[in-house]
Amino acid sequence: MPGTKTNTLVIQTSEGIAFPLLLASPVTRFLAWAIDALCILAFCNICSAALGFLKFISWDIASAVTILAYFAISIGYAMTLEWYWRGQTVGKRVLRLRVVDAQGLRLQMSQVIIRNLLRFVDWLPAFYMVGGLACLVSHRAQRLGDLAANTIVTRHPRLTEPDLEQILAGKYNSFREHPHLAARLRQRVSPEEAGIALQALMRRDELDPVERVTLFEQIANHFREVLRFPQEATDGITDEQYVRNVVDVLFRTKMNP
Amino acid sequence: MIIDVQKFVESERTQWESLEAFLKRLEADPDYRMDLAALQEFHHLYRRASADLAKISTFASEQEIRRYLETLVARAYGEIHETREKPHRLKPVDWFCRTFPRTFRRHVRAFWLSLAITLAGVAFGGLALALDPESKGVLLPFSHLQGDPAERVKQEEASLGQRLEGGKTNFSSFLMTHNTQVSIFTLSLGMTWGVGTIVMLFYNGVILGAVGMDYILAGQTKFLLGWLMPHGVIEIPAILLAGQGGLLLGGALIGWGSRASLRARLRAVGPDLATLIGGVAVMLVWAGFIEAFLSQYHEPIIPYAAKIAFGAVELALLVAFLSMAGRKAGKDETLNAKL
Repeated sequence: MPGTKTNTLVIQTSEGIAFPLLLASPVTRFLAWAIDALCILAFCNICSAALGFLKFISWDIASAVTILAYFAISIGYAMTLEWYWRGQTVGKRVLRLRVVDAQGLRLQMSQVIIRNLLRFVDWLPAFYMVGGLACLVSHRAQRLGDLAANTIVTRHPRLTEPDLEQILAGKYNSFREHPHLAARLRQRVSPEEAGIALQALMRRDELDPVERVTLFEQIANHFREVLRFPQEATDGITDEQYVRNVVDVLFRTKMNP
Repeated sequence: MIIDVQKFVESERTQWESLEAFLKRLEADPDYRMDLAALQEFHHLYRRASADLAKISTFASEQEIRRYLETLVARAYGEIHETREKPHRLKPVDWFCRTFPRTFRRHVRAFWLSLAITLAGVAFGGLALALDPESKGVLLPFSHLQGDPAERVKQEEASLGQRLEGGKTNFSSFLMTHNTQVSIFTLSLGMTWGVGTIVMLFYNGVILGAVGMDYILAGQTKFLLGWLMPHGVIEIPAILLAGQGGLLLGGALIGWGSRASLRARLRAVGPDLATLIGGVAVMLVWAGFIEAFLSQYHEPIIPYAAKIAFGAVELALLVAFLSMAGRKAGKDETLNAKL
C-alpha cells in the first residue's frame, strides 16, 4: 500500500487515479545543497574574474559591482534555476531531485521565491539545522521554506531493468504450455508479489543454502495458492524452478513462449 | 481483467505520445494558450492516460510502463487541475506600480501592526536612554554611535563629505545588500508564528528610538533629521513592509478566524509575500543610493533644510504611491469579482 510508506506522497486525482511521489531524504537534500554551494562559489569566482577589468577604471565601482553580483548570485541562483528548470538546480539534477507543488500542481513563481527566501530561517543557527530538523519531523520531509511555499522535494531514481536473461535464459518453462493460465497469473499477481519473487531470484546466490530452500518453498506455495497449474506442468520441478517459471511468465511477456 | 500488454501498449502509445507533446509545449512556453479544441483534446488524452494507468496498475510485470504513465499523468494533472493564475511574462513596471501597492493595501492592517510594534520599540529605546543614559552602551551596540553626538556632528561637518570619498558606490551596494538581507530575515521570521518578526521590529525600533533620543538630548535634532530623513523615509518603511510580510505569514500559520486549512492559508498568502519582499528590495536599492550619495553630505555642503525637505517630499510621494497607485484597476477588479 503506497499510502503507508513514509517516504512517499500519494496524490489522488479526481479521476480516481493515484500516483506516488517519492520524497527526498534530508541527507540527499543536504548533498544537493552542497553541490549547489560549490556552484555558487564557482559562479562568484568567475564573476569576480570577469569583473576584474573594472578595477582599472575604478576600485569603488569594481568593489560595488562584485558585492551586488555575489548577492544576486547567492540569492538568485536557486530561484532562477528552479523556475527555468522546473524545480531543479544543478545539485538537484545531479541527485535526481525536483521541487514540486505539495498537491502535484504546477509550481508557481511565488512558491519558488518563498521557499528560497526562507532559507534564511532554515539555515539557523548553522548549516540548515532548523531546516534539517523540520525535514525530519515533517510528515512530508519539508523544511520551513517548503511548508510556507507548499512545496515538497521529490526523488526520481533512475529505473534499471532487471537482467532477466541472467536468471531465465535458456530455461524451459512448462507454464508457457498453458497460455490462458499464464495470462490469469499475470492478472492475479500484484506488483509487490512479483517484485518479491524477482528479488529472491536475483539474490539467490547470496542466501544461505538452507534458508534459500525455505524461502523458495514459501514463495512457491504462495503462488500455488494464487493459481494452480495442471500437474503435468509442475511435476518434477523444484520450488526454485517454480518461482523462476512464475517470474518468467510475469516479466517476459513480450517474448514468444 | 486480462489484457494483452503488448497490444495494449501498441494501441495506446500514440495517445501517450500526443499527451507528452502537449505537456512539453506547455512546460517549455509559459505563455502558450490552447484554443478550445486543443483543450478538449488535452483533457481527453489526460483522462485516457489516467484510465490506462488504472488498467496497467494491476499488472505485475509492466513496472516500466506503469512508472512512465504515472509520470505522464502526474505532469498532466498539474496542468489540468491548476486553477491559480498562469505565470505570465514578467512585467516589472506593471508589477511595481500596480501589484505591489495593491498588495500593500490589501494587508494594510498587518502594516499598521508592524508600525505600532516599531513605535513601541522607538518609545522604549528613547525613554530608556532618556531615563538612564548609561544604557547607551547596551542599546546601541555600534561603535560609531557610542561617542558624543555633538562631537560626531563636528567631525562630519568638518570632513566636507570627503569621509567616503572613493568608496561611495561600494558603501551603497553594501547598504542595499545588507538591508535587503535584514528585510528578508524579518519576513522569514514570520515562520515563528510571527514572534521573530515582532522581536526584530521592536529591536529596530529600540535602536531608532535610542539614536534619536541621543541626538535630541545633545541638541542635534536638525542634524539627525538631515542625516536620517533622505534615506530613512524609504528604508524604515521598507523594513516595516518586510515586517508586514512576516506578520502576514505568522497570521497565516496561526489562522485566527479562518476556516481554511493551514495549507490553503499559506497558499493564499504566498504570492503576496513574494510581491511585498520584491517591492521592499526595490525600495532598499533606492535608499542605499541616497544614503551613500546624499545622506553622508552635511552642512556646509548641503543645507540641512534642503535634506529634510528632500526627505519630506520622498515620504509624501511614498505615501501617495502606496495608498493610491493601481487604485483604478483595483476598482475594476472588485467590480469583476462582484459580477
